[in-house]
Amino acid sequence: MTSIEEYGKYETAWCPGCGNFGILNSLKKALVACGLAPHQVLLVSGIGQAAKTPHYLKTNVFNGLHGRSLPAAIGAKLANPGLTVIAESGDGCMYGEGGNHFLAALRRNLNLTILAHDNRVYGLTKGQASPTSEQGFVTKTQPHGAFAAPFNPVAVAVTMGASFVARGYAGMPEHLAGLIAQAIKHRGTALVDIMQPCVSFNKVNTYKWYKEHCYELGDAHDPADHAQALRAALEFGERIPLGVIYKIEKPLFEEQFAVLKNGPPARQEVSQEALRQVMQHYV
Amino acid sequence: MPLDIHLLIGGEAGQGLVTIGQLLSKALVRAGYEVFVSQSYHSRIRGGHNTFAIRLGEGPFFAPRESIDILVALNAETVELHRGQLTGQARLIADSAFAPDLPGTISVPFAELGPERLWNTAALALLGQILGLPSDALYQAVEAMLGKKHPEALTENREIMEKSREWAVAHVPQHGFMLPGWTPATARLLLNGNQAIALGALAGGLKFCAFYPMTPATSIVLELITHAEAMGCVLEQAEDEIAAINMAIGASFAGAISMVATSGGGFALMAEGVSLAAMTETPVLIAVAQRPGPATGMPTRTEQGDLEFVLHAGHGEYPRAIFAPGSIEACYQLTQKALAMAERSQSPVFLLTDQFLADSSRPVAPFDPAAIVPVRAGDEPDAVPTPYQRYRLTENGLSPRLLPGLSTHLVVADSDEHDEDGHISEDHGVRVAMVEKRLRKLDILKQEVIAPSLDGGKGADLLLVCWGSSQGPVLEAAAVLRGQGSSVASLHFSQVWPLVPPQFIDILQGAKEVVCVEGNATGQFARLIQREAGFAIPGRIARYDGLPFTARYILKRLESLAAVEVRA
Repeated sequence: MTSIEEYGKYETAWCPGCGNFGILNSLKKALVACGLAPHQVLLVSGIGQAAKTPHYLKTNVFNGLHGRSLPAAIGAKLANPGLTVIAESGDGCMYGEGGNHFLAALRRNLNLTILAHDNRVYGLTKGQASPTSEQGFVTKTQPHGAFAAPFNPVAVAVTMGASFVARGYAGMPEHLAGLIAQAIKHRGTALVDIMQPCVSFNKVNTYKWYKEHCYELGDAHDPADHAQALRAALEFGERIPLGVIYKIEKPLFEEQFAVLKNGPPARQEVSQEALRQVMQHYV
Repeated sequence: MPLDIHLLIGGEAGQGLVTIGQLLSKALVRAGYEVFVSQSYHSRIRGGHNTFAIRLGEGPFFAPRESIDILVALNAETVELHRGQLTGQARLIADSAFAPDLPGTISVPFAELGPERLWNTAALALLGQILGLPSDALYQAVEAMLGKKHPEALTENREIMEKSREWAVAHVPQHGFMLPGWTPATARLLLNGNQAIALGALAGGLKFCAFYPMTPATSIVLELITHAEAMGCVLEQAEDEIAAINMAIGASFAGAISMVATSGGGFALMAEGVSLAAMTETPVLIAVAQRPGPATGMPTRTEQGDLEFVLHAGHGEYPRAIFAPGSIEACYQLTQKALAMAERSQSPVFLLTDQFLADSSRPVAPFDPAAIVPVRAGDEPDAVPTPYQRYRLTENGLSPRLLPGLSTHLVVADSDEHDEDGHISEDHGVRVAMVEKRLRKLDILKQEVIAPSLDGGKGADLLLVCWGSSQGPVLEAAAVLRGQGSSVASLHFSQVWPLVPPQFIDILQGAKEVVCVEGNATGQFARLIQREAGFAIPGRIARYDGLPFTARYILKRLESLAAVEVRA
């Protein structure tokens, strides 16, 4: 059995009170609950405060470029489908800079997990509007309030028929740990959009605000029902539902590659006989 | 004069000229002739003016020719565009509807031979008859293409071939282009540059390629896909070039020997990824098939205009290597070498080609599968000191590269500046140590640099310097001049970075006159030689109209260079 201690403890670069602490603890708990040893896991992140998370627990880490956690994660998963791959970054990285990759990843449905720390503001660059900021959200770079409407990642994912879509909240770490564990165990691309306060730069969506707005989906919600899921996904105003919004079974992307049935490509030798036959093609 | 026939088939996209060109060149190669096949096409699916050129004879040929001996005009435009290139004895095959009143014209009533969709096959049969090929050879080639899948198509194609041959026997008078002899030769591979790159990559151990389609690089990927399952390679069409290179880096990090293939515009999107490969010390091969820029430029044409771009792309300072093959064989060999050097130096390594090389085919002796040394990703987990550090500081700059998930060691890679453990560091001492560690790897690349190849000996009156795909036309131009009694040599660089001046400086200094031949407007390689070797190449022949060099183009420019000097 893996223990939470095996995932280590590190000094962080986060502000006191940051929602990232709750998310980090939930992630460790989820990994332990899934019975995963650190060397079986690869965390891939982009750039931003959320993207530093992989540095604060002991696993394999690929901390890549801003916006590009998903392509790097997909490449790694295709090179070694045996790895448990988790792409983790913030709303700016995942939905802004990496928006095209987010859509393409949902279409593919590899067996990987997407953890999006969604604090609805840019933290590392000190407080600009993000793709999920509310319209009218005032910042130094949007002094008249953000003009653009916010991106709803959960609704987009449900609309696209992503196979697992959940929304969690950093202020409810036990609940969140459960969602992350379900996401990791899910066979397919699993999105967990994680509502998260930013104590330094988002004075609107505070711990108090989330407490007033968020509620847990009850047993009445059927995550296999697309119409119900879409209704829940679009409910994003006075009340914000938390939990597994949508969950279906879909074929895995990587299982459609015949060559991956023979184990990781990294461990497959080049066959001289196969090469000889390939060359015959050009005679 | 050795046999040297230049045959050109011209028409619109969609008229099937590539099909018959390929069938004919394959049949010629099987029969033992040398060919050099080049294609010129417009960036469109239908219409436009496209040509398929086969230079055939005793060769070997390494470049296209400008003058035409046999012209097959599938439309009237082809006649107008190419009549000026016809040699004195040339034959022009054209439909009676638009056949011009030129000597040597064979006016063919295609409508009488069969339906329009089969006219390309009819033209193929006519060509076979004109060249004196046994009809069986061409029919077998058609059969191999249509296979058992389309028996009805095979029947009608056979019918029109037979009819066309009979028509030719009755109507085409004797001429000088009958090929002598017809002896089956030993098997050779007919490959274009991109096919040779794909074969080289697979032989070198390629396991992953992500791509976004872009002319003229796409056909590398098409060849890889054809053989992906047989060779155990994963290919993924990415949502954009940024995703493609990040996927390749992720795959390489996890242990798959990886590459991307693109052209200038797509490569521009990859630039940050190049930097990521360098910072995370993840091997990746980046094949850039050049076409004229800036921006969309001329998508289906050729240029050597992105040397400086590829040399400098990606922010920050770090080592890289750039290979620039000049022949089909070099495309195969250097792709393997590039994969090996990427892994050995844990760095981004480039293969710089262009549309001309990508789309030119030549027969080559089969490569020996027993001679390959496939690249293996990563180091042995048992051999690393514990605790494992991905970026451990070492004398030569190389740290042990383990693969995540394939041992119990944890592998941490970071695009931020990082410490030996791979974790983010903003310590300035760490920064200096890591910059120097990465730069030390340049020596590993330098030790393996391929020296430029000198053809024609040192101390010639004229030395032609070139790189990449210009090799063939330059070799031919130099041979023509030597045939006329001049003292001419050529120096070809198949690796353009890093440069090691002691390998070539005495050759440059020993020639009376030096001229750099390169396919760009500003003399990028000549400038690089000056910067690295301190040698200013006085003469320059540039081409940047979108077309490849030919021996004739180079010879004409040399004449005018000489004329300038005489006047001076």
